Amino acid sequence: MPARKLKAPASRPVAVDDGGVILLVGTMKGLFLFSSGPSRRSWRKAGPFFPGRSVYAAAYDGRAGRRRIWAAPASMHWGAELAWSDDFGKSWTEPATPLVRFPEETKAALKNIWQIAPGRADASDTIYCGVEPSALFESKDAGKTWSLNTGLWNHPHREKWMPGGGGLCLHTVLVDPSRAGRITVASSTGGVYRTDDGGRSWQARNRGVRAEFFPDKHPEFGQCVHKIVQHAARPGRLYLQNHWGLYRSDDGGDSWTDIAHGVPSDFGFCMGIHPDDPDTAFIVPIHSDGFRCTPEGKLRVYRTRNGGGSWEAMTRGLPQKDAYETVVRDAMGVDSLNPAGVYFGTRSGKLFASRDAARSWELVQEGLPPVVCVKAAVVASAAAPERRAKPVRRVKTSPARRAKVSPGRRPARRRRAA
Amino acid sequence: MMPVSVLIPGPLQPFSGGRNRVGLSSPRTVGEALAELATLHPGVSERVLDERGEVRPHINIFVGEDNIRDASGLSTRLPEDCEVAILPAVSGG
Repeated sequence: MPARKLKAPASRPVAVDDGGVILLVGTMKGLFLFSSGPSRRSWRKAGPFFPGRSVYAAAYDGRAGRRRIWAAPASMHWGAELAWSDDFGKSWTEPATPLVRFPEETKAALKNIWQIAPGRADASDTIYCGVEPSALFESKDAGKTWSLNTGLWNHPHREKWMPGGGGLCLHTVLVDPSRAGRITVASSTGGVYRTDDGGRSWQARNRGVRAEFFPDKHPEFGQCVHKIVQHAARPGRLYLQNHWGLYRSDDGGDSWTDIAHGVPSDFGFCMGIHPDDPDTAFIVPIHSDGFRCTPEGKLRVYRTRNGGGSWEAMTRGLPQKDAYETVVRDAMGVDSLNPAGVYFGTRSGKLFASRDAARSWELVQEGLPPVVCVKAAVVASAAAPERRAKPVRRVKTSPARRAKVSPGRRPARRRRAA
Repeated sequence: MMPVSVLIPGPLQPFSGGRNRVGLSSPRTVGEALAELATLHPGVSERVLDERGEVRPHINIFVGEDNIRDASGLSTRLPEDCEVAILPAVSGG
């Protein structure tokens, strides 16, 4: 008798607390949601959503009273698309015609969506997508329709960009919250580009960033930038994790300064930035491009609190023996509470959380599919705009312990997720 | 011409109203069949063809038992009363 085919795993929505944190964890085999109250001491889990499909990009849009989760499930067979949920995973909308499509005249086809980035708070219907092959898409009607940014697509440099290990992808989209029209993007390989006129024209912004794989180590463009983060309150402050190289900019990317002081390796992928302190950033160094694992078998988050003048290893609660882990470019997220929560996932399927700005860590979940995306957001009440939790005084924390994962509340009536 | 049936794989049946088989009037080629399918169930054809109108790399389309990649691709002619099967390739990781 032939074996019975198993049904795809059914997923319930995740219960959320007003003022609490939601984590969007994209993996190679689906999206998982984790939620916690503001204390972030225990986590509820839901998922996998889109089982079997990779989810390299996800975003939470809490603007204009929304509570929308965006995700970019991609199937090797059926292609990549955008989907959204307004009820924390109870139901998902996947339009019959995928939203993000290259215009026919480009003769290009979408391979994957690498980044979903809500626009400025005062343009609450604007949202961006960075995709592979490297391009930027924009929606000005809250995601109903999307268009290719032709300013970047038609840039004379674009045809000379080359794919990195992950493909030719535009993986970072940073919208300047204080300067209308300024958007910074990064592509592997291609490097950093910035527009100051809302996307009509773009300029390479790679001065000071090395390209080890070219005879000219400082070309105008072509760098393999892995990730950039921007400080919300001081948007001119950027940090950049390069394919070899760690940099800071204080002028919105006009120039970059090497800040690889005291790290075991300046190779790596992910980055995070403290929501309040522009001098504080987080990285996970990787041994090398040849051996893409944490150095010495130790899983260490490195933190700077002086703008990259020095870095300290944050190890409490993280495995320091036989931990040959990899944390990819979008697999670190930071929430906006105080103390800041920092989160990252590994290719081996572990999800770690810190609720004290990386000082100590807890294993939230292991056994996930390879984690490729971690986004953190504070969930405002449905009636109130997004707000910050009441600031608390920084205190020493007790030693790390494993977080309890409790099942989400079952909804009164479950609808099938797409 | 006799009608042509297109077999819809399970993952795409949410876009075909749950149907696992769609009858088409009188397409002469696979390309015409997919074009007619696009008017009936655009969500199916969007996931079989990319924006350039090319069959996605990990999708196989069979006319009877013949893979169109070994024939004339989307120009492969359809014999009378045939079945066109859309099947995901054995690939993944």
